Amino acid sequence: MPNPFLSMKDIDKSFGKVSALKKAEFHLKKGEVHALLGVNGAGKSTLMKVLSGVYEQDSGEILLEGEKIRIRSPKVAKDLGIYCVYQEVDTAIVSELSVAENILLDSIVAGTNIFISKKQLNSEARNALKQLQAEDIPVEKPAFMLSLAEKQLVLIARALVSSAKVIIFDEPTAPLSLHESTKLFSVVKKLKANGVGCIFISHRLPEVFEICDRITVMGEGTLVGTYDTAQTNQEEIIEAMLGTSYSKDFPVRTHALGKILLRVKEVSGGEKVRNISFHVSEGEIVGVVGLVGAGKTELAKTLFGYSPHTDGTIEILGNTLKIKHPKDAIKAGMALIPEERRKEGLFVHEALQTNASFPNLQKFSRFLFMNKRKEKSFAKEIIDRLHIKTSSTDTPLIYLSGGNQQKVAIGKWTSLDSSLYLFDEPTKGVDIGAKIDIYRLVREFAEKGKGCLYFSSEIHEILGISDRILVMYDGQIVKELSREEATQERILLYASGGKEK
Amino acid sequence: MQAEVRKNKLQERGINFLFKFGAIALLICIIIYFSSISDAFFTYANFTDILRSISIVTLLALGVTFTLVVGGFDLSVGSTMSLSTVVSASLMVWYEMPLWLVLIVPILVGVLVGLFNSFLIVIIGIPDLLATLSTMYIVAGFHRTYTEGYSIYNNMPLTSGGTAPGQFSEAFLWIGQGRLLGLPVPVWIMLILVVVAYIVLNHTRWGRILYMTGGNEEAATLSGVNTRKVKFIAYIISGIFASLAGVLFTARVGSGQIDAGTPLLMEAVAAVFVGYSVLGIGKPNALGTFFGAAVIGILLNGLTILNLPYYAFDIIKGTVLVLALAVTYVYAKKRFSRT
Repeated sequence: MPNPFLSMKDIDKSFGKVSALKKAEFHLKKGEVHALLGVNGAGKSTLMKVLSGVYEQDSGEILLEGEKIRIRSPKVAKDLGIYCVYQEVDTAIVSELSVAENILLDSIVAGTNIFISKKQLNSEARNALKQLQAEDIPVEKPAFMLSLAEKQLVLIARALVSSAKVIIFDEPTAPLSLHESTKLFSVVKKLKANGVGCIFISHRLPEVFEICDRITVMGEGTLVGTYDTAQTNQEEIIEAMLGTSYSKDFPVRTHALGKILLRVKEVSGGEKVRNISFHVSEGEIVGVVGLVGAGKTELAKTLFGYSPHTDGTIEILGNTLKIKHPKDAIKAGMALIPEERRKEGLFVHEALQTNASFPNLQKFSRFLFMNKRKEKSFAKEIIDRLHIKTSSTDTPLIYLSGGNQQKVAIGKWTSLDSSLYLFDEPTKGVDIGAKIDIYRLVREFAEKGKGCLYFSSEIHEILGISDRILVMYDGQIVKELSREEATQERILLYASGGKEK
Repeated sequence: MQAEVRKNKLQERGINFLFKFGAIALLICIIIYFSSISDAFFTYANFTDILRSISIVTLLALGVTFTLVVGGFDLSVGSTMSLSTVVSASLMVWYEMPLWLVLIVPILVGVLVGLFNSFLIVIIGIPDLLATLSTMYIVAGFHRTYTEGYSIYNNMPLTSGGTAPGQFSEAFLWIGQGRLLGLPVPVWIMLILVVVAYIVLNHTRWGRILYMTGGNEEAATLSGVNTRKVKFIAYIISGIFASLAGVLFTARVGSGQIDAGTPLLMEAVAAVFVGYSVLGIGKPNALGTFFGAAVIGILLNGLTILNLPYYAFDIIKGTVLVLALAVTYVYAKKRFSRT
C-alpha cells in the first residue's frame, strides 16, 4: 500500500495475562470510509481505543501522514485530529450546556480567552452544523433537549470545527431509526468529500456495504483481511468474521419438547417493551434476536420483574404470575443471567463460593446461620460441572476471566433448580472456548426439560443455538422464524426494520 | 523496565502490608511507647478503664458499621445518642417512669430516627451523607429544644418553678457504673454487642444479604433481594445502637448531658475506618470496628497520661481518621484498577 494516510502496524496490547491485540493492523486512506468489522471480542474497540489515546499500545507503531506518532492520551489524539464519535453519545455531551457550547467545547477548554463571545460561538456552531446539513438544530438549545441522532451530529460537528483528519464512528447507527441513519450516511459522505478519513464500526452489514469503500475484518485481536467493498460480498465478509465454520460448535436438539412452560400475553412496559406475546415450552431454546437497542435486555428485565410490566400477563405452567420484584420471578422458577455480569450479575470482589450460594441462601443455612461447608461443596460442584478455571472456591471473581465469571453467573442459579432460564447476551466478552462451553450448558439445561430464553444480538449465535427464533425491532417482536426458515439475511432484514415482499 | 516493575511490586507489597497490619503495628507501637514512659499505663486497672471508656464509642461505631456495610453512611449517630441521653434522663428525673420504660423509650426514639434517615435516603433518594447530615442537625435541635438547653440531673430546678421530682435509680446507674466478674458492666455490654454484631454480619444469612446489598445493589436485586428493605433495616439498626450508647452514657455519668454524643461522632467514624483494614478484610466489620475503637481509646488514654490538654485531642483523632482513610482508599484504588 503506497502512502496510507493512517497506518497502525503490529499493535500489541494485553491486559494482565489476557492479550487483546496481537500484531493488529489497520490502514486508512485519505478521504475514505473504512469499515472495521469483527465479532464481539475481536479487538475492534481496543484497537480504536489505542487510536484515540484511551490506551497506549504495548508495542507496534502508528503513522499519521507518514510520520510516526505516539498517542499518549485522548488529548494528544484530538490535537492530532483524531476524533471519536462514541455509541454512548451522552458520555461526550455536557447536557447542561447549549448546543453551540458543546460543539466548541474543545476550543473553549483549550482557548486562552477568559471571556467567551456568545455571538461568535453561536455563529461558528451554526456554520459547522450547516456543513452537516443540520441547520435545523437550534444552537442555543441546551443539549439535553436533543434527540440521540441530533447529539451525534453535535459530536460530529465538534470534530469538524477542530479540523479533524480522522473520525471514528463506533456503532453510530445502533440507536438510530432508519431515517436518521440515512441522514447520517449523507453526512459521512460529505466528510469523505472533504478529505476526512472515516472509520466505521457497525454490526449492520447492509449499511456497511452501502457507505464504505473498504472493509477490514478483525478476529481474535488480529487482522483477518482487508477487502474492497466493490469486489466482495456479504457472505465472504461473514465468513471472514466468523472464522472457520462456527456452526458445528452448536449441539443440536435431539429430545422432544414438553408442555408449554412460559406464556407471555401482550406484555408492555416502558418504551422498549411493547405488546409482546410468545411462549416457551419445556426443553426448548427460544432465541430472541435484535440489534443493540431493540429492547431485548428490557424484555428480559421486564419478565424478571426488575422493571415490572404495566400491561399483559405472564403465565408459568398456566398460572398467572404477579411479578413485581425479581424475588417474585425467582420464586416462580425463573433465573436471569444479565447482560452486564460485573455490574448486575456478580459480586466481583467476593469469593466464588459466596457468589454461588447467594440466590438461594436458605439452602445453605441452618436457621439463620450460614453453613460454609455446604457452600464450599456446592461451589466445588459447579466448578467441576461447568469447567470453571480457578485455583480455589475462595478466589475473588475479579481474578477470573470473563468466561469463567460468566459460568459462575450461570452456575449460581443451579442450586435453585429453576425451570426457566433467561440468558441475556451470555457470551458477550467471553473467549471462544468458554463460548462453546456456554452453548453446551444451555443445551444441557434444555435437555433436562428447562425452558431457555436466549437473548443475543449476534445472529450466527442465535441461528446456531435456537429451536425457534423471535426477531425484535424497536421494542416489538416483528417476526417468528423456525430453525429451518431462519437465515442470517432474513433475521438481519427483520431486525433492522425491513419486511419481505 | 525491569527495575520499574520491581519497584512497583515492592510498592504494592508495601501498601498491602500497611493495609493488613498497619493498624496492628500502630497499636503495638503506641502500647510500647506509653508503657515505656508511664508505669500507670500497662496495668489491668488502666486497661479496664480504657475498655470502659471506649464502650460508648464502640456502640456508636457498630451502628455506623451496619450502614457502611450496606453501602450507606450515618452521620446522625452522635445527635441520636444525645437525644436518647436526655430522653432517658428526663423519663427518670422529670417523669419518674419505671426502669423498663426508661430503657425502651429511648430505643424507640432511635428507631424513629433510623426510619427518618431511611425515608430520606431510600424513598426520597437524598445521598446518604447529606441526608444524615441534615438529620444530625434536626435531631440535635430537637434534643436541645426538649431540654430547653439544660442538662438533666437529680432534683434539678425546673423552668416552670420547683424542682424535678425524680432521681436516677440505683438499678439504672448500675448499668453504667457497676461491675460484674471483674469487668465494668458497660464493657460486658460492649463485648456482647460486638460479638452479636460479628456473628450476625459474618455468620448469618442476614449478614450475607447486608454485605451483598452494599457490594452490588443491582446484582443483589437481580438475585431476589429487596435492597430497599435491607437499607431501611440498616439505618434502623444504626439508630438503635446510637440510642443504646445514649442510655449507657446517662447511666455512666448519672445525668442527662446535652450534646453528649456530638464529640463522639468523629471517634466512631474513625474507629470504623481503622477497622476496615484490620488483617486486610477490606470491608466494614464488627471486630475491626472494636479494634479501631480500642486503638483510638488507647491513644487518647496515653495522651491523657502525658497530660496533653483535652482540646488538642481532636487533632489526634482527626489525624487517625485521615490515616485510616488514606490507607483504605489507596488500597481500594489498587484493587479497582485490577478489574
